[in-house]
Amino acid sequence: MAARSRVSSLLSRSFSASSPFLSRSQGKNLNNGSRIVRRFGTSSAAEEVISPSVQVSYTKLLIDGNFVDAASGKTFPTLDPRTGEVIAHVAEGDAEDINRAVKAARKAFDEGPWPKMTAYERSRVMLRFADLVEKHSEELAALESWDNGKTYEQALTAEIPMVARLFRYYAGWADKIHGLTVPADGNYHVQTLHEPIGVAGQIIPWNFPLLMFAWKVGPALACGNTIVLKTAEQTPLTAFYVGKLFLEAGLPPGVLNIVSGFGATAGASLASHMDVDKLAFTGSTDTGKVILGLAANSNLKPVTLELGGKSPFIVFEDADIDKAVELAHFALFFNQGQCCCAGSRTYVHEKVYDEFVEKAKARALKRVVGDPFKKGIEQGPQIDSKQFEKVMKYIRSGVESNATLECGGGQVGDKGYFIQPTVFSNVKDDMLIAQDEIFGPVQSILKFSDVDEVIKRANDTRYGLAAGVFTKSLDTANRVSRALKAGTVWVNCFDVFDAAIPFGGYKMSGNGREKGIYSLNNYLQVKAVVTPLNNPAWI
Amino acid sequence: MAARRVSSLLPRSFSASSPFLSRSQGRNLNNGSRIVRRFGTSSAAEEVISPSVQVSYTKLLIDGNFVDAASGKTFPTLDPRTGEVIAHVAEGDAEDVNRAVKAARKAFDEGPWPKMTAYERSRVMLRFADLVEKHSEELAALESWDNGKTYEQALTAEIPMVARLFRYYAGWADKIHGLTVPADGNYHVQTLHEPIGVAGQIIPWNFPLLMFAWKVGPALACGNTIVLKTAEQTPLTAFYVGKLFLEAGLPPGVLNIVSGFGATAGASLASHMDVDKLAFTGSTDTGKVILGLAANSNLKPVTLELGGKSPFIVFEDADIDKAVELAHFALFFNQGQCCCAGSRTYVHEKVYDEFVEKAKARALKRVVGDPFKKGIEQGPQVDSKQFEKVMKYIRSGVESNATLECGGGQVGDRGYFIQPTVFSNVKDDMLIAQDEIFGPVQSILKFSDVDEVIKRANDTRYGLAAGVFTKSLDTANRVSRALKAGTVWVNCFDVFDAAIPFGGYKMSGNGREKGIYSLNNYLQVKAVVTPLNNPAWI
Repeated sequence: MAARSRVSSLLSRSFSASSPFLSRSQGKNLNNGSRIVRRFGTSSAAEEVISPSVQVSYTKLLIDGNFVDAASGKTFPTLDPRTGEVIAHVAEGDAEDINRAVKAARKAFDEGPWPKMTAYERSRVMLRFADLVEKHSEELAALESWDNGKTYEQALTAEIPMVARLFRYYAGWADKIHGLTVPADGNYHVQTLHEPIGVAGQIIPWNFPLLMFAWKVGPALACGNTIVLKTAEQTPLTAFYVGKLFLEAGLPPGVLNIVSGFGATAGASLASHMDVDKLAFTGSTDTGKVILGLAANSNLKPVTLELGGKSPFIVFEDADIDKAVELAHFALFFNQGQCCCAGSRTYVHEKVYDEFVEKAKARALKRVVGDPFKKGIEQGPQIDSKQFEKVMKYIRSGVESNATLECGGGQVGDKGYFIQPTVFSNVKDDMLIAQDEIFGPVQSILKFSDVDEVIKRANDTRYGLAAGVFTKSLDTANRVSRALKAGTVWVNCFDVFDAAIPFGGYKMSGNGREKGIYSLNNYLQVKAVVTPLNNPAWI
Repeated sequence: MAARRVSSLLPRSFSASSPFLSRSQGRNLNNGSRIVRRFGTSSAAEEVISPSVQVSYTKLLIDGNFVDAASGKTFPTLDPRTGEVIAHVAEGDAEDVNRAVKAARKAFDEGPWPKMTAYERSRVMLRFADLVEKHSEELAALESWDNGKTYEQALTAEIPMVARLFRYYAGWADKIHGLTVPADGNYHVQTLHEPIGVAGQIIPWNFPLLMFAWKVGPALACGNTIVLKTAEQTPLTAFYVGKLFLEAGLPPGVLNIVSGFGATAGASLASHMDVDKLAFTGSTDTGKVILGLAANSNLKPVTLELGGKSPFIVFEDADIDKAVELAHFALFFNQGQCCCAGSRTYVHEKVYDEFVEKAKARALKRVVGDPFKKGIEQGPQVDSKQFEKVMKYIRSGVESNATLECGGGQVGDRGYFIQPTVFSNVKDDMLIAQDEIFGPVQSILKFSDVDEVIKRANDTRYGLAAGVFTKSLDTANRVSRALKAGTVWVNCFDVFDAAIPFGGYKMSGNGREKGIYSLNNYLQVKAVVTPLNNPAWI
């Protein structure tokens, strides 16, 4: 309740039902035009860097209820995306630390207490944790913004409240996991038990560190599993902080172990560990394939994958164009374009194409880029130099392939990883910018002329994570919703991420669903128990 | 219906515990008229009975037509009783898989299958089930001939179960509901449970038609189209029922059947970029390869039903005679060629000696011979490779100093018949207690308390099934929860009703087949979200 009401109160009225993540600053700046970015010009990014009002207190691995150094003693720096400077040195976990963490998780599962506590007791720990997240929301938002580059306001008003909301959602599931009794063809009593799997390995990305923590940890704990979680090397800080809050909430030692480190060492060890019973990964499709291969070649642990996307955002001629422009902008630029479900192929009907492009360009030019701790900023820096370079490469590719660069295209300022909001029009399906996941503030606008054509083109991708459909026609909405091969279809809205709505991919965007009732399957084993019946009253 | 027909054949005392036990087994328990003698000759050396069925379908079923392999190649499928050729069958490879996927793709993308109503789809499946029953004798004969299982088992248990499974899944077709979902604000949220698309399915040779039904049933009920690869040992019956499906009104391209080998046809299917889902039943080692191929191609979701080394635990309070009979059945059923075979028989020390003696006596009574002959309980292993593998494990058992209570040798001098073999004094670290033997070799181990046996039962990479024999409700409940296995049969074994989910923990696989759970394997979940303006409630 708190999360929802706090966020929606910040929305401008006209979009309040369509985009829960839109923050006040966006609504305001649509009208006042006071922006910091000018094309290829200097910007506020060159101004003095605001000091976050938070201490970095937790930089060590959380194993068996204690914060410990890496076995190797090694650390790695986590950097401020605004400047590339070091925020803190963090323990660098590798195979030996994963072994220690799995051992602790194994013990907490096999000997308890976690799966032997009642579901009600487990739910109360999660509820207490949610309260603590809210209590510490300002520190958490500051850490998240500092480590990731996302705006403090977005972290504080949308993401952290959603973390609390997700844990309350999953706390509610803990005591509602029912098995079935099953009709038999003869004199048998048949039941299914829905059991925790055991030790869950979880690998989370850097774009929404705490939200992805909640998507993964919430259902695993609700179902009675224990966890070894590996954070992204770009954003290790907030998970340690909430790890501490979980201990404070009464989570027994060993139930949640957190290892910071790199994919090739810590991540690979976790994915191929013979004592890990389940793996969940969010990240790129290429890495997902490696992860699945490691699981296949070790103990065949079941793997849930949430991978990349190239989601179509389809604007039909009958759509409310201003609203579609604003939501298409939001669908792509939100979180610096660093969303797996970003609406990165904006298909616009030919009859409204020119108007749409003009308005989309105007909106992008108004986008306020700068220090994410500053009020009113809409867009911070990209996460790191690697992502920055990758996005710039795709911008060059767009120009070289003769898409029309409507605005943006360059760096903002001369330090950190800020990129101008960039819009390409006249994009063709065979251009790289229309095929690859760019993961940055680069909007590609494509033209279409009829519904059959746009369905075919929208589906002609290896990805299938999400889609947006903008139309006033119920027939069009229903038809296109069924035809699109995507795990989520947002009709006249985008990025609605309620706890109960399942999220996941078709095709190479992944396997399995997170959030909602479907997410529980990922953390449960089904056991059929059959006994003969003697002289039953009914069968 | 199927269950009723089977259970009417059971001796009364076991009728509630083992639906697959056939009349002949009950009878031979009492009359001792058996054909096998230790290391002696047997009926397997007698004249081979000619099956009363024609082999009419030996070509690939693609897009509604039976066609030769693109290469023109064929391979022989052999009679396990003799090793002689039954028929030459089209040898599908990558090009044939491509053709089949193309047909399935078209039948899915353009229809009619997923665009037919669920009711229409269910009626096709119901008509098919009727046709299976109508042709049950031919199907049973073909299945027995190609696989070596007894004709009686195929006719009275397996074929009726195939019809029963398709009627079960026909009933699901129009009961696949999505959800409407509570939102945190002014949104209307629904989930659609959609067919995935083209399902690739690879089935094993031990229960060719049953595995066909486990795979094809849910895929069709959910509106998918299919490319199915049969095992190279047993290609015949799938073609036959493929023909019946066409007769039942299944549109061309919805079910395509390719016979061929794993390294060519199987690998092509697993790594195909236009296959949306893969289901495989077979060995754990092959399952790992299959999953790797899926990972390295288009990340199609994979369901795996793999190997097992299932414990069968007899507590001291169990009905020993019943436990002996069911432990025997749990291991020797289908020539020991069951992924869920009860292949580690743990017996409490207080009843161990009695159990071993009775288990040995029961094995010595087991009737081995031509599977077409009445009263035969055990036919040949499926082929020479499996035969050699089982014999290797028997030698391993002897060499590791387990006590060979009976059996251990070949029966007769042709085909792949093996004596029912019982080892006692088996230790957990012996190969015969660790590896999946997939043959008529029972290993009996001793235990002394419940904590110990739970630990030992779980100390395996497998987790497919388990048997628990006890009269104590506390023991049954405790052990059922503690065992890491997808199915726990308490005081029974191999109960395989359509509604009971089946699948593995650990390296026995991912996913569940049968029951409501099997539908998940063939559905995608799509969330559809729209804003609500002025809703009456949220």
